[in-house]
Amino acid sequence: MNRKSDPRSPRPDSFSRREFLRSTSSAAAGALAIVLVLPEGSAEGVEGADYDWSRHRWVYLVDTTACIGCGSCVRACRAENSVPEGMYRTWIERYEIPAEGEALVDTPAGGERGFDPVTSSLNVRKAFFVPKICNHCRATPCTQVCPVGASFSTRDGVVLVDQEHCIGCGYCVQACPYGSRYINPATHTADKCTLCYHRITEGLKTACVEICPVGARRLGDREDPDDPVNEILATRRVQVLQPELLTRPQCYYLGLDMEVR
Amino acid sequence: MFPELTGFLFPNDVHIHWSLMIVLYPYITGLVAGAFLVSSLYHVFGRDEFKPLGRFALATALCFLAVAGLPLLNHLGHPERAINIVVTPNFTSAMAGFGILYASYFIILLFEVWFVFRVDIIETAARSRGFKRRLFSILALGVYDVSPQSQAVDKRITRILAAIGIPMACLLHGYVGFLFGAVKANPWWSTPLMPVIFLFSAMVSGIALLIVLYQIAMKLKGMAIDRYAIAAMSRWLWLFMIMSLTLELLEIMMLAYERAEEWEVIGHLLTHQLSFSFISLQMIGGGLVPLILLGIVVLMDRYMDDRIRNTLSMVASLLLLLQVLSMRWNVVIGGQMFSKSMRGFREAYVPGMFEKEGILAAALILFIPFVLLVIFERVLPTFRHLERGDDPA
Repeated sequence: MNRKSDPRSPRPDSFSRREFLRSTSSAAAGALAIVLVLPEGSAEGVEGADYDWSRHRWVYLVDTTACIGCGSCVRACRAENSVPEGMYRTWIERYEIPAEGEALVDTPAGGERGFDPVTSSLNVRKAFFVPKICNHCRATPCTQVCPVGASFSTRDGVVLVDQEHCIGCGYCVQACPYGSRYINPATHTADKCTLCYHRITEGLKTACVEICPVGARRLGDREDPDDPVNEILATRRVQVLQPELLTRPQCYYLGLDMEVR
Repeated sequence: MFPELTGFLFPNDVHIHWSLMIVLYPYITGLVAGAFLVSSLYHVFGRDEFKPLGRFALATALCFLAVAGLPLLNHLGHPERAINIVVTPNFTSAMAGFGILYASYFIILLFEVWFVFRVDIIETAARSRGFKRRLFSILALGVYDVSPQSQAVDKRITRILAAIGIPMACLLHGYVGFLFGAVKANPWWSTPLMPVIFLFSAMVSGIALLIVLYQIAMKLKGMAIDRYAIAAMSRWLWLFMIMSLTLELLEIMMLAYERAEEWEVIGHLLTHQLSFSFISLQMIGGGLVPLILLGIVVLMDRYMDDRIRNTLSMVASLLLLLQVLSMRWNVVIGGQMFSKSMRGFREAYVPGMFEKEGILAAALILFIPFVLLVIFERVLPTFRHLERGDDPA
């Protein structure tokens, strides 16, 4: 029926307008569907062929009493992930705590070349190394503040950055309380520890865990009942960094001292 | 060149990622919000002492808003992806609201400008020939009704738009404060006072800018500076700067008195890294001095010669423009001068002159709105109603 000729129609153009609205709203719905579906779909490309991310939940365990500060992990990480000079996905901090006075903390070049012997005149009674990585927090402020959703948490518990989508605003770098993120000078996007996602989805360990000569760093899987890391988390006294910020870090520490933030 | 560091910093914390551009952005939106307030004081609240400035303030707000996005674009690592903020907004992020806020405020401002200048546009179109006539016909958007009834409608719509614009301007600027205030990782930013401080300092900078620009414009046009407008703006400026200074001081006094954990870092920051920009500029040179100058202008108004009033308010306004800029600097840069290890500091940060986000780029961006304002004034004179002596919309 030609509505334009219908004298009862109060607005002759209402047909075309409605058509227009219908077509645009369905286009918008289609675009929305693409936006909603894409992250799921694109993640499949990252995973290994047999990898099912609903069957893993990655955690990390650091034994600060074991670390010897050799710096192998920092070097391995840089080589494995092409981390730019001057930026760190992992680093090692050295704490020297005298009987009285302020603790002395340093991380020369992130501990990449190891540490020089202590020459301090302080009466150091307690000293240790603390390796750091991204804590892959479950309630993480970095993905919360990302304005475009380029920073995201994977279903298996890893915080990643979509390098193709990141606009490089740097808000996540400011929001991370642990200093885990940096702006990559080559890509101009936010960058960070990926927990070697390209390796762990292939059944390998992260580069830093693989290379650690003393087993101070361990990768765990909460979904795997036989994982020894789960046993440690269940029975030993563990701590996370800056728990007061309620970011729920998934990097746990054994033997953490109160001087460590 | 490697920055000079003291204490222990997380190795990724030695960079200043939020540069001079991020200092500039809240500075510009603040100027917009403040200028808009002055125009609204006339258009919404009918404060007749602002009548000479109603249109000029509106034009100033528009010209500065037009460039507010530039420093952000220049700062982004991937400006070509900036549209992602609108296309795939992540609404858990405060920043995701930027596109919506900015666009809607811009639209409201454009509409208000159109309704305020509509009659002028039509009259100019009718008076002129050729290209100019075509340009103004386009600007008139096909409506040529200048009857008293239609002008009454203009006035009413202007009033409504200006009224909507006030909370929008506050949102656009308060939101910037929120961006900083809601970063729990940074003790120098993380305070609910932050958006409020930003708002009040925005009003200070906007009014100060208008006092300066209005006097310059009158000098250039050879028109008389309206003493009631200057006196009224000085009063408002004094009020807002007292509020703003009080809040800025309150924030740090609370931390100091509480002996909050953060004070160890912030106390050191304010007395060392920021000693010049905070104590000398923000508090004394840009705070105490204009407080006294404006105090004289406001309290001795009755006995004051116009020239003295103009000079004092001009000097105070210039100092306050500097004060607000240093406040933005102290927040944005200051918040990156210490490491989140809370054990180490960067000693200084001096932006380069010619780098991408350096001083020259900042100066250029800040210069554009003045050019726009001159063009605006050419196309739609903002003081013509004063020469003609009629009642502006």
